[in-house]
Amino acid sequence: MQLTVNGQQVDVDVHPLERLLDVLRERLGLTGTKEGCGEGECGACTVLLDGRPVNSCLVPVLHAEGREVVTIEGLRGQTVLQDAFVSEGGTQCGICTPGFLMAASVIAPGASLAEVREALAGNICRCTGYEGIYRAVAKARGPLADAERAQGS
Amino acid sequence: MRPSVTSLEVIRCRSLGDALSALHEYGDAVVPLAGCTDLYVALNAGTLAATRFLDLWALDELRGIESHGDTLRLGALSTYRDVLASPLVRAHLPMLAEAARQVGAAQIQQRGTLGGNIVNASPAGDTLPVFAAAEAIVVLQSVRGERRVPFTEFYTGYRATVRERDELVVRIDVPPATGRQWFRKVGTRAAQAVSKVVIAAVRSERPRIALGSVAPVVIRARRTEDALASGAPMGRAQAVLAEEISPIDDVRSTAAYRLQVSKNLLARFWADTGPA
Repeated sequence: MQLTVNGQQVDVDVHPLERLLDVLRERLGLTGTKEGCGEGECGACTVLLDGRPVNSCLVPVLHAEGREVVTIEGLRGQTVLQDAFVSEGGTQCGICTPGFLMAASVIAPGASLAEVREALAGNICRCTGYEGIYRAVAKARGPLADAERAQGS
Repeated sequence: MRPSVTSLEVIRCRSLGDALSALHEYGDAVVPLAGCTDLYVALNAGTLAATRFLDLWALDELRGIESHGDTLRLGALSTYRDVLASPLVRAHLPMLAEAARQVGAAQIQQRGTLGGNIVNASPAGDTLPVFAAAEAIVVLQSVRGERRVPFTEFYTGYRATVRERDELVVRIDVPPATGRQWFRKVGTRAAQAVSKVVIAAVRSERPRIALGSVAPVVIRARRTEDALASGAPMGRAQAVLAEEISPIDDVRSTAAYRLQVSKNLLARFWADTGPA
């Protein structure tokens, strides 16, 4: 079965009903994607499928056949959002962080706090109380970031 | 412990014809599979008895939201995100857009489908009161042909529907509705919650009110509608509603809470949609 993962075409010999999560972690060694609840509640396993966030624990790999998957490893080099998570205290224990980064990666620049909260509503964090996460996304994506860009800073 | 999938069989179909042939052959020995947001929860938990699945995901002919005359046609594989992105839904069925926005969160909205919500037949399904209030038609197909069932007659009991074992829900047709549409879902939190009470309603001379999570199936509160249409005071309408619903105590809420919230939502609907 062929799919594109982080820009590279891969060929995996798997049962079509295997979870995308397991194929990523166990067949492809991409262990940055975490399993939290296994029932689509927590968002720790969020990856992008054709550019949109999905819970990879609820996706049979056959639904990714011939499609584009991006995992946290695929965000390598896109440092603005990740640096903001570090500087704003958006991460503590870290298990939810890859999922938050994937969900946050599709938030359009200029998003309001309400839009950020809604976009991240499918991700649960038990450490930070979310405020650091919202600050981080606002810094990287929000109106403040836009204003800073406009000023050329 | 999560079971291995290696003993499971999946039939992949490339056309609706393929899917209907497989359903004709296997009947209820095969479970149709779409966005997997319910099925994989059960699969991961090891509580799914089925061993043979029919994958519908490739059937693009079941996707798409379009108007046909004055009817809104919603393909069964339309996702909540498709609903949210549709100008037609926003213009003609805004209560469905509101329901879609409150299902799970972005990740679930990306995958969950309208057909899945309907056939899964949970009494808490978020879109079900919308289709009941909108007097939608469920369009089923089988190798025997097409069948159109009024949504309010689709459910026969708890998690039971009129769908025959060889039929597939292919589309939902929604006739035009006049009047102001209103939707509320009450859960433990705004996102990722299963409803304690969910209501969709249309304010017109013939008000239409449908509720979920307060009976074994989604219900139309027809006697409450009649009471409001005849000018009964809100207290009287709430008393009628209390007779029409049969909420229970369960893991998410209590009968008493659901009853009080249902009454409150009725009053809120009437106040919000009334003359300014």
